[in-house]
Amino acid sequence: MLIDVITDVLSKNDLVTAFAFIGLLVFVSYRFSYLLTRGRIHGSAIAITLGLVLAYFGGKYTGGSKGLADIPIFAGIGIMGGAMLRDFAIVSTAFGADLSSLKKAGYVGALSIVIGVILSFTIGGIVAVLFGYSDSISIATIAAGAATYIVGPVTGTALGATTEVMALSVAAGLVKSVLVMVGTPLVAKTVGLNNPTSAMIYGGLMGTTSGVAGGLAATDPKLVPYGAMTATFYTGVGCLMAPSLLFMIVSLIFG
Amino acid sequence: MVIYGVSLLAFCMLVGSICGILLGRLMGINANVGGVGISMILLIFLANTSLFEFKMKPMTQGGITFWSAMYIPIVVAMASNQNVSGAINGGWMAFTAGSLAVLASFSVIPLLTKLAGSDNVD
Repeated sequence: MLIDVITDVLSKNDLVTAFAFIGLLVFVSYRFSYLLTRGRIHGSAIAITLGLVLAYFGGKYTGGSKGLADIPIFAGIGIMGGAMLRDFAIVSTAFGADLSSLKKAGYVGALSIVIGVILSFTIGGIVAVLFGYSDSISIATIAAGAATYIVGPVTGTALGATTEVMALSVAAGLVKSVLVMVGTPLVAKTVGLNNPTSAMIYGGLMGTTSGVAGGLAATDPKLVPYGAMTATFYTGVGCLMAPSLLFMIVSLIFG
Repeated sequence: MVIYGVSLLAFCMLVGSICGILLGRLMGINANVGGVGISMILLIFLANTSLFEFKMKPMTQGGITFWSAMYIPIVVAMASNQNVSGAINGGWMAFTAGSLAVLASFSVIPLLTKLAGSDNVD
C-alpha cells in the first residue's frame, strides 16, 4: 500500500519529483567528482553522462524515445529537460553575456554555421556512400542527419526518402548530439575552447542545441550564451541548405 | 519583484521565438531559425539599455539569474531524456556518420579561431 501511495504522489507531482531527483543526481555527481577525481572531471560532466546512461536504460526498458521520461514517475524530467525550459534557461544565461565579445566574433560565428553544415553534411554523405547507398535522396537524407537530428527528417520528408533512411538519419544526429555532450569537456583544452570567440565558433560548427548546451555546461557554463547563440541558427540554416543547394550537388554527382 | 525578471525573460523568449518562426517562413522552411539567439540579443539589449530610464532592482535580476543557475540541472534533465538507445540501435553507419561529423567539426575550431583573431586586431 505504501508503495502505491508513493508512486501515486510521485506521478501526480511529476515536475516536483523531477526537481528532487535531478537535485539528487547532481549532488551525487559532484561528490563523485570531488572524491574520485578530485574535481578533475567536472561534476556537471559526470551528471550529464549519468543522465545519458539513465536515459539509455529508460529507453531500453520502456522501448520509448524519451529516455527516462518514458517511465511514468519520471515524466516530469521530460518537462524539466524539455525544449521549453531548456530554451528558457539558455536565454537567461545571456543576461551575463558581454555584448562586445558577441559583436567581435559575429562574423566568424556566422561563417562557422555555414561551414559546420557543409562539413557535417559532406562527411555524412561520404559515410552513406561507403555503406553502400547510391541514390541521391538517401545519401542527402543521411548526410543531413549528420548535421542534426532535426535537419535529417526535414530533408528526408522534403525529398521523399524512405522511413528506414529517415530513421538512420535521426540516429546519426542523435549520435552526434550525445558525443558532443560527452566529448566537449574532454577535448576543450586541445581545441582552445576557453573564450567567447571559440565558443561561438564551436556552437556554429556543432549546431546541435542539446549537444552544445550539454557540452558547454560540462566545460564552462560562462561560455553557454556564446555557443548557444550560434548553435540556435544552425538547424534553420541546415533545413534551408540541405534539401536545396546541398541536395542539388549530391544529385549532380550521383544522378 | 522577482516576477518582473521572470516575466521579462519570458517576454524576450516569446518575441524571439515568434521572430524565429517568421524568419523561417520567409526563407520558406518550417523551422524556428535562431529564435533563441534573437531572444538572447533582445534580453542583452533590454538589460543594458538606458533608453527609458530602465534600471533593474536586484530582486528583478534575481528572477533572471535564478534560471541561469538552474541551467545545469535543466541540462542534466535534458540529458536524461535523450533517445540514447535510439542512437545506439542506429547501427554502425549512424555511429560512423555522427562521430566523424563531430571529430571533423572539433578539428576546425582552432582554424576558425585563428581567423577570428587575425581579423579583429583593433
